[in-house]
Amino acid sequence: MYQYDKYDQAMIDQRVAQYRDQTRRYLAGELTEDQFRPLRLMNGLYVQIHAPMLRVAIPYGLMSTKQVRKIAEVSRKYDKGYVHFTTRQNFQLNWPALETVPDILAELASVQMHAIQSSGNCIRNTTSDQLAGICKDEVEDPRPYGEIIRQWSTFHPEFAYLPRKFKIAVIGNTEDRAATKLHDIGLHLVKNKEGEVGFEVLVGGGLGRTPILGQQIRPFLEKKDLLSYLEAILRVYNRLGRRDNKYKARIKITVREHGINHIRELVEAEWVEIRDQLALDDKEIERVKGFFTEPEYDTNAADDASFAKMQSEDANFARWVKQNVVDHKMPGYKAAYLSLKAPLSPPGDVTSDQLDVIADLADEFNLGEVRSTHDQNLLFSDVKQGDLYALWLRLEVESLATPNIGTLTDMICCPGLDFCGLANATSIPLAKDINEKFSDLDYLYDLGDLKVKMSGCMNGCAHQSVGHIGILGVDKKGEEWYQFTLGGSSEADASLGKRLGRAIPKDQVVDTVTTLLDTYVELRQEAEPFLSTVRRVGIDPFKERVYADH
Amino acid sequence: MQIIKDKEIVEDNWLHLDDEAELAAGNITVSIARWQEQHETLANHEGGLGLRLAGDDPLEEIVPDLDNFSLIVLTFPAFTDGRCYSFARLLRDRYGYKGEIRAQGDILHDQLFYMTQCGINSFEMANPNRMADALAAFDDFSESYQTTVAKPAPLYRRLR
Repeated sequence: MYQYDKYDQAMIDQRVAQYRDQTRRYLAGELTEDQFRPLRLMNGLYVQIHAPMLRVAIPYGLMSTKQVRKIAEVSRKYDKGYVHFTTRQNFQLNWPALETVPDILAELASVQMHAIQSSGNCIRNTTSDQLAGICKDEVEDPRPYGEIIRQWSTFHPEFAYLPRKFKIAVIGNTEDRAATKLHDIGLHLVKNKEGEVGFEVLVGGGLGRTPILGQQIRPFLEKKDLLSYLEAILRVYNRLGRRDNKYKARIKITVREHGINHIRELVEAEWVEIRDQLALDDKEIERVKGFFTEPEYDTNAADDASFAKMQSEDANFARWVKQNVVDHKMPGYKAAYLSLKAPLSPPGDVTSDQLDVIADLADEFNLGEVRSTHDQNLLFSDVKQGDLYALWLRLEVESLATPNIGTLTDMICCPGLDFCGLANATSIPLAKDINEKFSDLDYLYDLGDLKVKMSGCMNGCAHQSVGHIGILGVDKKGEEWYQFTLGGSSEADASLGKRLGRAIPKDQVVDTVTTLLDTYVELRQEAEPFLSTVRRVGIDPFKERVYADH
Repeated sequence: MQIIKDKEIVEDNWLHLDDEAELAAGNITVSIARWQEQHETLANHEGGLGLRLAGDDPLEEIVPDLDNFSLIVLTFPAFTDGRCYSFARLLRDRYGYKGEIRAQGDILHDQLFYMTQCGINSFEMANPNRMADALAAFDDFSESYQTTVAKPAPLYRRLR
């Protein structure tokens, strides 16, 4: 993985010093609340209901075990002994004291981690596919470009005060595991007719209260033009994006109001002017790629016979393998998901003690690396098949082997009213109720691939608009109600869910999920997944059933 | 009044004229509207002439006139309004403007480093009492990754 040199390190160390002074000035009354807010946000610090929340970036989702141990240490020392992994490959501390944040950032900087631009109206952490570099049908590993974009976007002097936040995701595979169509800019590594690798560029996607799918602005961009094209898009947006209304300030609205063709004309006109000056050197691309080379895989890994044997002997192991383990491009290697959706814990949460064990296990079985995923789970990307049984046994002990990846209970969920100052409704307790109701694994497997996403307010941090089942908390006269949508997807076939009907009171949410699933089971044809059934029959049959009961 | 110019605190002798105010002798700045209305008179003004630009002004329209101005003032109604960062870069990089570019308005010392990178070289601080503190902010960072006005080649090409 990428290793900082003295320049990278100096910059994040200087950032800590700068933020330490900003915090001091705020506490001394030299900065007002309004003046301090954007400064703390650009260091990842929100102020929520009970306490501040600190969001730390995990660029393109990749962590070393040294970093994982530091996260464990920091969460133990400065917080309540757990952290929350988000959908954009960040992690959050929910209870840090504002005064200690400079110390936390200094500790994180000592392991090459930072919270720079993890919030605020600036370019955020660049995300990617958790299977980058290991999946079979990849055009090219997207992570070097993630790092190149990280460096370009970090402290970009022109784009620190944008109209609104700006998110970029880059993938190298046609299966979209990073929700790129829901990003301000989505980058897809593609091959053109001549066999050259470059980027398809999408712009204007986003969630929140006006979910919109990104549109193609350029079918093919040469690699050397990556930064000049990004800079052109950002400059056009910085000048044109609305600043009069924060709900209309994202680039998705700029694109909608001006039309993709007009935006393309503006961007291309800007790009022509800066293309040469900002061209990326091949040497730099190669330098960064050098940090993401393949490890020395054991070429005999596929000779192992124990993997097949243990699956036939231990049904629980076999079940976990089927659900949580995916193929790797190297024979004899697999990638294993560590589910952070155990029945009794809030989705995406992991304790400091679990993190220490995860680091030990990653050193032992996964070449010292851990990845975080868009679905709020963790991934061991390079496990020998012969090691999977031993790994599974240890994960079981830590409640990290719930075999529910891709099922109903692998829910994406925001922190909701329990933590967040923006939320209208709770989400974590409901996720728990749903988990309790649907604890029967055979039933979950029968339901198959099912993405449930639940947000506590229309800011939509849990991406409910692109859930196969989306659940959105709304406030009705001080009570928590929930709006359902069906048929959304954030993947290659991305679509926005359709609204089922009027909102449903909190005590009927679990029953409503049950009714939706019963309806699906009745209507599905053979092994048809939930999303396909909804797309085939539309939402009316679901609507009739849900509202007939109420 | 004191301002920061080229990283030093200096006395300033520019007068920012309202659109209704009568022309005065000496160094004056005018809005883009006044310039466009009275450019013939203003072009013969005795003393320095400066132009004030806001983020929603049509920058490209005044590019042919840039030689008339020894100062361009970029106004920041709120420090969260980042449009004029792009203006500064365009004025320097694309339109070759060599005169003074000044930031005016809601300017905190936390913005000085980025503004300098974008080609702004003088500052009317929101809080003139803390100007000495502000001078230290130019050195918040010893390096930056990007291609900027201050450093026209990216870090990787210069140092790696």
